[in-house]
Amino acid sequence: MMGSEFVMFSLTPLLIGIFASIACALPGNFLVLRRQALIGDAISHVVLPGIVVAFLFTGVVSAVPMLLGAAGAAVVAVVLIEAVKRLGRIEPGAAMGVVFTSLFAGGVLLLEQTDTSTVHLDVEHALMGNLESLIWFKAKGWHSLLDPAALASIPDELWRMAAVCVLMILLTAVFWRPLKISTFDEGFAQALGLPINAISFGLVIAAAIAAVAAFDAVGSIIVIAMFICPPAAARLMTNRLEVQVLWSVAFATLSAILGYVFAGYGPLWFGSANAVSAAGMIAAVSGVILGLACLFGPHRSRIGAGRDAAA
Amino acid sequence: MITPKATPSGNVELAFDQKRPAETAQKIERSPLAVRGLTVSYGQKPAVFSVDATFEPEAMTAIIGPNGAGKSTLLKASLGVIPRLSGDVTVFGQPIELAREKIAYVPQRASVDWDFPTTVIDVVLMGLYRSVGLLGRIKGVHRARALDCLERVGMADFSSRQIGQLSGGQQQRVFLARALAQEAELYLLDEPFAGVDAATERAIINVLKGLKERRKAVVAVHHDLATVQAYFDHVFLINVRKIAEGPVADAFTADSLHATYGGRLATAHIDQLNIADSGV
Repeated sequence: MMGSEFVMFSLTPLLIGIFASIACALPGNFLVLRRQALIGDAISHVVLPGIVVAFLFTGVVSAVPMLLGAAGAAVVAVVLIEAVKRLGRIEPGAAMGVVFTSLFAGGVLLLEQTDTSTVHLDVEHALMGNLESLIWFKAKGWHSLLDPAALASIPDELWRMAAVCVLMILLTAVFWRPLKISTFDEGFAQALGLPINAISFGLVIAAAIAAVAAFDAVGSIIVIAMFICPPAAARLMTNRLEVQVLWSVAFATLSAILGYVFAGYGPLWFGSANAVSAAGMIAAVSGVILGLACLFGPHRSRIGAGRDAAA
Repeated sequence: MITPKATPSGNVELAFDQKRPAETAQKIERSPLAVRGLTVSYGQKPAVFSVDATFEPEAMTAIIGPNGAGKSTLLKASLGVIPRLSGDVTVFGQPIELAREKIAYVPQRASVDWDFPTTVIDVVLMGLYRSVGLLGRIKGVHRARALDCLERVGMADFSSRQIGQLSGGQQQRVFLARALAQEAELYLLDEPFAGVDAATERAIINVLKGLKERRKAVVAVHHDLATVQAYFDHVFLINVRKIAEGPVADAFTADSLHATYGGRLATAHIDQLNIADSGV
């Protein structure tokens, strides 16, 4: 029966994809406006050495130590980026580039030099995750949603991702004003007495939490895409930050749903027997949405005399 | 004019005026912004070196000096927007950290991205952050206050515009309206007249003079030497070190301008200013 098959095979991956996309898109709005969008890229790369190190210490592929390792690596990376930026007196993008490529390379080296290659810990998994494997085995249909025994077998990733998504929504709502003011005008925010360093560090840490949780479930491709594409597309739809954030959530959700469907069924429409990676397709859809927003979004052009005068 | 060598901040006040420490202390107590022994450095060379400043209450002061003389740096470092190597900053005798609500700061217009997705009234509402708070709701009374501030700078008709659609002068007026919303005692402006049209310049100076009439203090980084006498009643001349400080009539002299600008300001130019002075 169609319904039970959907619940068993597709419901959890779809929900995880949606939660992961929203969790990354929310902080992504502020990162893009602060010209720090690359930090998502950086974090999702440095997560790899963190996970490998966690595995080397514990010897098992288990979520909690790996999440801790990934979070630790993310914090190390953020601190290193800050250090390179200040000591080298270079712009943040360059500092991020140096740090995340070196740490990612270190992670690959660790992966190859140790016997971790025997376990399911490889570069492809790191990039694409394994969304399709997050199946709800005990589901027999929609009524399983009310069955405690069946609910207990829902993949842990779903609960984790849902919790992180809720956390991101709460953080965005609670710190909305300081985030908005300090993103728009850092000097003014500081003169007001807002702790701008804590705010920007907090934002990056929140992004790291979203990235690490999403990485665990869906790989780093979604993370990189969702930090940038939905917020950037949303910016082209409106001139108000409040509305932009709502658009970004809508675009993130749409990307997750369409991406999952296209990955599962798209190849069949073209006569191919195999599905493609859902994570990859979700990222691709978000890119297409951004492209469409660039072409047709109502606020895509930068107009106004102010820009000329300020330049 | 003789500034003390970088002394530990505790001793600076004595070093500043050993003859009349009591009078100095009293001036600092009354000053909306007093700085002692301020040194700021970007990399190797100091941008501001061992500067003492005691800005006047209920007056309009221009900070004057050549490019790279540390005018903006003096403001920003006083506010903690950039870190200071040394120096004490007080607001009416209190450490600035405890008196931030008494200061409204207007940064340089070019320091922000005007493509930011927000509207004019939203920017002014940012000035009400302290009264609205982290989670407080923006009520009608806040909007009315923000609109009133926009009215004072002649921008009420633009309240729902996206800020990127404004001209440079209009953007500057929105920044001023945001400062007005803070209802502060001291207004610190970083080059408020840079690149604005004549109408905006008039509007801004009228608002600033209105503030002075309400017994507020205004301190502005100013570039146009020709308008100093017309706009301001005090000047602070700086070129990394403090050169002079005082009422325009006493401190805005050919000698102090020479000392501030060196060869960069032709004697002829200074003469012109003085002619303008006697003509007014």
